[in-house]
Amino acid sequence: MEDLYFKEDGGTLTVCLFGDIDHHVAKGMRERIDLTLACKKPELLIMNFSGVSFMDSSGIGLILGRSRMCEQLGARLRITGVSDSTRKLMQLSGIEKIKNISVSQ
Amino acid sequence: MRKIINEMKVRIPARSTNEAVMRGVVSAFCAELNPTVEELGDLRCAVSEAVTNSIIHGYRDLPEGKIGYIYISLRLYDTREISVEISDNGCGIEDIEKAKRPMFTTGCGERCGMGFLVMESFTDSLTVKSKPNRGTTVLMRKILKP
Repeated sequence: MEDLYFKEDGGTLTVCLFGDIDHHVAKGMRERIDLTLACKKPELLIMNFSGVSFMDSSGIGLILGRSRMCEQLGARLRITGVSDSTRKLMQLSGIEKIKNISVSQ
Repeated sequence: MRKIINEMKVRIPARSTNEAVMRGVVSAFCAELNPTVEELGDLRCAVSEAVTNSIIHGYRDLPEGKIGYIYISLRLYDTREISVEISDNGCGIEDIEKAKRPMFTTGCGERCGMGFLVMESFTDSLTVKSKPNRGTTVLMRKILKP
């Protein structure tokens, strides 16, 4: 099964993530997201986590890395579809306090 | 005196595909205690962090083509306690307190330095023992709700 699905609508690029996000799969996800991001140069990147069944701190690394990439491109980053377990990890990381990132359910 | 009701030892190559394998093993092992979704999620996350640490930090200096092993020892107690010990024979940690500090990482790329913070927050106790050039052992305990 594909673990990433991209959707483009005007200046918004949405990437839906699926399955488990750990150190093993994060690398491949990162490469494909960055490639699409560099190519489409959106104003807003939405990372939708509603299809994510498990995530460890590699997922936080993935978000932080994309946040830096967005900053370079002048884009904002929105995190959506956060489940209870993912939320716990995000709160622990303090990712919600980073200025170009917004997190919603 | 608490009694051991089940135990298991696993020796597995330090390959990143085994991060998911070990999460699955730990889930199956503690299933008989009927953990909540949250408890199981926490435990899976803590195990994933420890195994990942051994792979990307412990064995980072291994020459190309050589693979290290990770040793996992699991125990279930009649007190609804689970203990998970994860060891490697890798490079070890010079300063454990520093390694535990949130956002500190020696990893390159996109490591966010949260591994020990997650292990500590998502379990009831964490003990780290390490000797440079000898390896690292992480012991985590989690007590499930009655």
